[in-house]
Amino acid sequence: MLANYAFIGIFFIAALIFPLIPLIAAWRLRPARPTATKLDTYECGLEVIGETRVQFRVQYYLYALAFVIFDVEMVFLYPWAVAYNQLGLYGLLAMTVFIVILVFGLAYEWKKGALEWV
Amino acid sequence: MVPTFYYVLLSALLFCVGVTGVLIRRNALVVLMSVELMLNSANLALVAFAHARQDVTGQLLVFFVIVVAAAEVAVGLALLVTIFRTKQTTNIDDINVLKG
Amino acid sequence: MIEIPPIDWSVVLQLCIIFGGATALLMADLFIPEVRRRVTGYLALAVLAAAAIAGVAPWGCRGHTFSGTIQIDSFSLVLNWIFMLGAAITIVLSFDYLPRHGINRGEYYVMILFAVGGMMLLAQGADLVVLFLGLELLSITLYALAGFAYPRTTSEEAAMKYLLIGAFATGFLVFGIALVYGATGATNLAQIGAVLAEGRIDGENRIYLMAGAAMTVIGLGYKISLVPFHMWTPDVYEGSPTPITAFMSVAGKAAAFAGMTRFLLTALETQREIWVPILAALAAITIVVGNLGALTQQNVKRMLAYSSIGQAGYILLGPLAASERGTEAMLYYLLAYTLTNLAAFGVLIALEARGEAAWNLSDLGGLWQRSPGLAIAMAIAMLSLAGVPPTAGFVAKFAVFTAAWQAGQAVLVFIGVIVSAIAAFYYLRVVAQIFMSEPTREVEISSDRVLAFGIGLSVIAIVLIGVLPARLLNLI
Repeated sequence: MLANYAFIGIFFIAALIFPLIPLIAAWRLRPARPTATKLDTYECGLEVIGETRVQFRVQYYLYALAFVIFDVEMVFLYPWAVAYNQLGLYGLLAMTVFIVILVFGLAYEWKKGALEWV
Repeated sequence: MVPTFYYVLLSALLFCVGVTGVLIRRNALVVLMSVELMLNSANLALVAFAHARQDVTGQLLVFFVIVVAAAEVAVGLALLVTIFRTKQTTNIDDINVLKG
Repeated sequence: MIEIPPIDWSVVLQLCIIFGGATALLMADLFIPEVRRRVTGYLALAVLAAAAIAGVAPWGCRGHTFSGTIQIDSFSLVLNWIFMLGAAITIVLSFDYLPRHGINRGEYYVMILFAVGGMMLLAQGADLVVLFLGLELLSITLYALAGFAYPRTTSEEAAMKYLLIGAFATGFLVFGIALVYGATGATNLAQIGAVLAEGRIDGENRIYLMAGAAMTVIGLGYKISLVPFHMWTPDVYEGSPTPITAFMSVAGKAAAFAGMTRFLLTALETQREIWVPILAALAAITIVVGNLGALTQQNVKRMLAYSSIGQAGYILLGPLAASERGTEAMLYYLLAYTLTNLAAFGVLIALEARGEAAWNLSDLGGLWQRSPGLAIAMAIAMLSLAGVPPTAGFVAKFAVFTAAWQAGQAVLVFIGVIVSAIAAFYYLRVVAQIFMSEPTREVEISSDRVLAFGIGLSVIAIVLIGVLPARLLNLI
């Protein structure tokens, strides 16, 4: 029983060692002579403008928030779908009501202009 | 099979990590993430108990917790965005007009 | 095929009306122009009225449905009425406030309805899952409502603090529920009670049960703002839009009490000798800390926040008595407290001019000369909070003290009475300020008819309940 797991253990160790060997080798073997030009951020040979961190528009967050909510509600659909054949008409009606409520939410969002890209 | 107690121990540890995070971290985003950790540690305990008892009620509650957590975080992030617009910070120590 | 258990729709009729009405209102509001926003409010009131009337028919019945997760009994019906009364008066108080503060958005009324739905789930829940859902529905709408006056910094801050603390409390609640479920194998309150009554909980399950029950009570304790889980209350109450402060201080608190009472008296009934001393200690420090905190406040809104912490301690005496009489006393206290706090906050709303808060104690100076009606309303509210006869507050305090006394909580009653006497000082200081001092600065007073009607209604109810207590006690 435990011997079966030994394979996984060996696999893990091997998986750790293989990427480490070239990294360590490169670190030991390469010459280190940094200059200002070498340390500069390289982007297709162009001069770098501004900071690496950019602020995204708030609009993205609105989409993300709406997405998260609608996405997570889908968690209720999985158990329903699994038991669909045994639930009959009642199950279908109950889920229809649920989806209709979600559609109301979407309609509200739409009418409020949260889906417009301004 | 792993004893249920181990799962509960793990979830209790995760819960403590979450509580510590809420208490010591000052960035509202990190605090929300710590709260998420607390809720998910509870989910782990629920699933473990449900499995041990071969009863689906615990798993059912997990679904509700996931959905509620998402709603809570959505409201939290929406608030953070409005606060960031007015105060340019997400540090909860800088949000301190009210006191006394 | 999975057998679907028959559903008794009469049990959930009120919930259906509230949730259906709220959803329909959300859609309807999209087509109501901003200038006619009051229509949304009136429609919300109509939904509340319909739900309240729907509660008349099942009076005296007991029943449950959805596999015993939702129940109906006179406890839940009375609480539902209290929630709806609180919500209705809040809406009436908001009509003038919202446009004056430039936050005349229709979602306000919809969210109040959803919050009421969550409260009703708490009152009718017979299962920890339903209690959790109800509490979260209530809390999440209240977070949004607390931040409703954005971009006003105080409102945003209040909402953020409320949300972070509330989410923290939710974590405790969920973990507590998980442990209780692990110990007993049930989330249904009655089933948990039955398992515990058999007394087969031992070993690690015993630890799970103790820890779980404690964490559930902590989670609910945050919502009730029991000391030591009360730190958020003054900030959140001060920063939120005033009608929302009123709403969350009365209805939100009542709902959390409903859930707590159900959990303690149905599920943990047999463990009484363990939780009664702990909660008695919590009630005692809540009464003391809340009232002492209020003593030093110059800001009336903040003072009322501390006062509401203290009042929570008194209300807790009801469930602590663990008797029918205690529960009745709690319901009575919740009703009296709801009306009183709404009247007091209503006066603050009337004093709140555009963008300027007039909550300082000195702003109430000479209110008697400037607006006798508001002065009398505030005075009666303060007397009721202090527990002076013949107001509702007196009868309520009397009822909880009697119940606690009969349950053998003599020390607690003693502390309660002493602290009430101290608390009377800061309530009466407000009354003295209203009648005896001169106005310090000009405060613009709202003369909205609907607002005056809301305040007047609450005040009349306070006095009526105070004068005719026996009738109402019999009714409950």
